[in-house]
Amino acid sequence: MFEDLVKKPAAWLSGEGENSEIVLSSRVRLARNICAVPFPSVAQSGEREKAVSFVLGAIQKSSRLASGQFYNSCDLSPLDRDFLIERHLVSPEFMKEGNSKALYIGEEEKISLMINEEDHLRIQALRSGLEIKSAFELADKVDSELSSSLEFDFDPDFGYLTSCPTNVGTGMRASVLIHLPGLVLTKEIENVISQVTKLGLTVRGFYGEGSDVLGNLFQISNQTTLGKSEEDLIESLEKVTLQIIEYENNSRNTLYRDAREQIEDKIWRAFGILQNARVITSTEVTNLLSAIRLGLGMGTISEVSLSTVNQILLISFPAHLQKYFNREMDPNQRDIQRAELIREKLKGTT
Amino acid sequence: MLCDDCKKKEATIQITQIIDNQKMTLNLCQKCAEKRGFSSPFAGVPFPLAEFLSGMILPGPSGSSAGKKGVPRTEKEPKCPNCGMTLSQFAQRGRLGCGSCYKTFRTQLKDLLRKIHGSDRHRGKIPNLPGVQMEYLKEERKLQEELKKAIDEEDFEMAASIRDKIKNLSRMDPFGQEKK
Repeated sequence: MFEDLVKKPAAWLSGEGENSEIVLSSRVRLARNICAVPFPSVAQSGEREKAVSFVLGAIQKSSRLASGQFYNSCDLSPLDRDFLIERHLVSPEFMKEGNSKALYIGEEEKISLMINEEDHLRIQALRSGLEIKSAFELADKVDSELSSSLEFDFDPDFGYLTSCPTNVGTGMRASVLIHLPGLVLTKEIENVISQVTKLGLTVRGFYGEGSDVLGNLFQISNQTTLGKSEEDLIESLEKVTLQIIEYENNSRNTLYRDAREQIEDKIWRAFGILQNARVITSTEVTNLLSAIRLGLGMGTISEVSLSTVNQILLISFPAHLQKYFNREMDPNQRDIQRAELIREKLKGTT
Repeated sequence: MLCDDCKKKEATIQITQIIDNQKMTLNLCQKCAEKRGFSSPFAGVPFPLAEFLSGMILPGPSGSSAGKKGVPRTEKEPKCPNCGMTLSQFAQRGRLGCGSCYKTFRTQLKDLLRKIHGSDRHRGKIPNLPGVQMEYLKEERKLQEELKKAIDEEDFEMAASIRDKIKNLSRMDPFGQEKK
């Protein structure tokens, strides 16, 4: 399954969109529940299946969702599941235990729907670069289209009702995945995070809730979902993101001015390791690519393109690597195969 | 302050132990606290929710009818008529059971939502749903905006008249019935 997807860049890593050298991707997720059906965590299996068939019916009536693919989670192997998580098409939460779950992946992976995650329906729009507004517009249109054939739980005071009260109201979580090596190296990052948190936004590591920071990648999202309109929430996230981009650029300028040789050394060493390594873990690749991405942004390195960097990042993830070679591998085999594939991708770049 | 154990992460939990009249304080990060077995029953529940929920199932300082510390109340608790969820079950799981829970536990949830979101009023998208008079919501929202504008412009006569209109409107519930 998904053999056609593995050779293509993921929607959030195409390198297109505004400020894509710093903002990798933008995502908007809407949580919805179907009226009169208990939420998935307490629903009986028959009720959960009812939710799946309701949503499937609505998808079939939607012209916007005509060309995607629908999957039952019970048909997915553990490798398929990890692959989808790495690709940001589903949440790790969605792939945990529990039956009667289903997934829809739209054309070019711009839209995905998770059925029976924490809520009956999670609509997700994913875009490369700083494109929160266009991601919201897409998710909003899909929501409106689905709501013409699905009756969503809605309360005039509380808005869209969700299983967890932290999502109630708009049911919307908008986020950006942003690369901030300058702020990390100048040790300004703690300061920026504490300021951002005061503005009603949350900062997390690469793979969502509770995850550690990897490759200087951070995820920033709105903390509250009630009391403000979707447009206001998105505007404030976008404004803060633009501000952080400015801080990041300032930090890079400081680094370039005060420690040019050290930074250039770090970037070129990273390139050298990727070109020559024989055994390499996915964590090491993610961290080395952070240095190369920084080098591309600062104009230090031009031997490799942003799209190659993104391609290596994605293909280095364990499930992607195994899908690429179409066989299961243990971690040691993966580290060897990964190093070989990266050397191949970087051949002829010097 | 850095964690006393790993000396790497910021300490977020303070643990005070008294052994043989000797007071000992440890400052730990979440992970090291868990390693030492000090795990919170609300680990994984978002912060404002966890705080509120622990307040809900633990007795207050005045000593309420609830049993021993940490024991959820179970007697004669209101239940959601649709899914059977009680407040103590909600406090344990951090998740509600169905849309009707929001009606059943309206008062408590209003407090909770204000704590989490700083608001208990939806200001976003309004779907076209049968049964609910969405025009009412749209009208109310329009009047609220006009009221804010009138106050900003210090046109208090206008503000008073808009406020009366809102009052009239709020006598009706969103289903078009006069409120009891």
